[in-house]
Amino acid sequence: MSQIIDDDPRIIEFDVRTDEMLVNMGPQHPSTHGVLRLVLRTDGEVVSEVEPHIGYLHRCAEKIGENVSARQFIPYTDRMDYLAGMNMNLGWALAVEKLLRHQVTEKARHLRVLIAELGRIASHLVGMGAYGLDLGTFSPFLYAFREREKILDLLEEVCGARLTYSYITVGGLTADLPPGWLAKCEAFLEQFEPVIQEYHALLTTNAIFVKRTAGIGVLSPEMAINYGCSGPVLRGSGVDQDMRRDGESIYTAMYDGYAFEVAVMKNGHYPRDHTYPAVPSDAVLGDCWHRFFVRMLEVVQSIDLVRQAIDRYSACSGPIGEPVKIAEKLPKGDVYLETECPKGQMGFYLVGDGSAIPWRVRARSSSFSNLSVLAELCRGCLIADVPAVVGSLDIVMGEIDR
Amino acid sequence: MRGSNFLEMLEAAVPGGVVGTELDAIDPWIEIAPERLLEVCRWLHDDPAAGFDSLECITAVDWCEPDEKKAAKISWEPHLELVYHLWSTPAKASLVIKLKLPRWKDDVAGRLPEVASVAGIWRTADWHEREVFDLSGVNFLGHPDLRRILCPEDWVGHPLRKDYEMPLDYHGIRGR
Repeated sequence: MSQIIDDDPRIIEFDVRTDEMLVNMGPQHPSTHGVLRLVLRTDGEVVSEVEPHIGYLHRCAEKIGENVSARQFIPYTDRMDYLAGMNMNLGWALAVEKLLRHQVTEKARHLRVLIAELGRIASHLVGMGAYGLDLGTFSPFLYAFREREKILDLLEEVCGARLTYSYITVGGLTADLPPGWLAKCEAFLEQFEPVIQEYHALLTTNAIFVKRTAGIGVLSPEMAINYGCSGPVLRGSGVDQDMRRDGESIYTAMYDGYAFEVAVMKNGHYPRDHTYPAVPSDAVLGDCWHRFFVRMLEVVQSIDLVRQAIDRYSACSGPIGEPVKIAEKLPKGDVYLETECPKGQMGFYLVGDGSAIPWRVRARSSSFSNLSVLAELCRGCLIADVPAVVGSLDIVMGEIDR
Repeated sequence: MRGSNFLEMLEAAVPGGVVGTELDAIDPWIEIAPERLLEVCRWLHDDPAAGFDSLECITAVDWCEPDEKKAAKISWEPHLELVYHLWSTPAKASLVIKLKLPRWKDDVAGRLPEVASVAGIWRTADWHEREVFDLSGVNFLGHPDLRRILCPEDWVGHPLRKDYEMPLDYHGIRGR
């Protein structure tokens, strides 16, 4: 082949596709979630290849974990997925408790559900608002943050921090709820529930939004499973899996007795426990619209779970129990536990060697696997659709790079 | 993790693949002969009796004690351990497989130990193996694109090795 090219220069003219271009998107592209760099190989407007470059936010969290005790590692976990710090604290706390064979009090268990589900709502609100930004509409972002602020106010009152909470900790929680907090939380839910219809009007049923997301970036269930996708990305493809129901007993026991239905399309229908707009006709299961919609359904579901948790928590009496010692010795052995964080299944692997400091800490990031499927989703789509696909995965770079 | 019947089927499908089991641990695990990894994984993924259609996580644990005083007391030989966490979506069941690798190939420091890549079976492995290569220094044979993923391309060493030493300088940035 090379012989022919050398002989006849005209063949090069035909062989090299001069219209193919490498386009660099990011780092710090306004419509990416954190510091993500994408290199697109484009043929005109059509993307033929996407290569994500990650690592800009790498902070050696796993190495740090080998130098601090298990409880001291809690603040590092909420800096991974900084939009859902509570859920990250919970994931790590449960993994360590699994190794310690420690069980928290009933009151702490219900408080954890309450806090974790509030965290899920806050995270999905950012996911929704930022997705609007990705697609070039600014107002949904403001609407989403209006409500998220109120959740952050509630969480601030609980633990003093608005983003990096370290509230849920190994062996329980750092403190009980302040007096009068439950009433404020209930008032918020009361006010929040009708607002969701506004979001549906702003985005879910918005004709431009539907045009930008329906049928774009279709992810088949087989591919989603093979790439290790999880959370709303997996459920958006119609795979019925939620660790709150299907996970290990130490995690599912937390949700024991709670009534909720996994937000996934089954036989062409989403669970009908609340009103929501009809699925647009050009939406295909597994596209950007469905991934977005699953998140919206989970917001409603979480409101319900928070209400149930308030009832159960109020019924419990006594103290919430003390967390374990800062330098609690870890037994020899290793455990792995995945919890359902808002972005997907967050796994923590922990090896104990008899001392207080873990021998090895591993964080299996959900966004990491969710982002790896991007190259497949973007093949053949338009450049303008790339932010739409990235946004629908709802990644957070702090968790990918750790 | 399934019962002992499952182990018998695995033994029948890949004789000699499983070299050890630990079924009483909190997370029961089986140990695989490193050279049989690909066969075992292929069976675990393809056979309907196993059906592990999802690979959740690959972790490398460096068993090495750089402190000489402490090293005198330990009972294990220095080695690298690879841990694969598998998940079956239909059965909602998990499986942990482990395998032991030497810390360096042929005991020559700097030559990375080698093991087959499973990226052709589970695509999750693509990025996870890159991460293990980057941070723990394992060479995955047959990986489509094995290069660093979290550290910069010109980074030296593998930070999650226990005997790793922080560089004092990186492009004029002070390390300590």
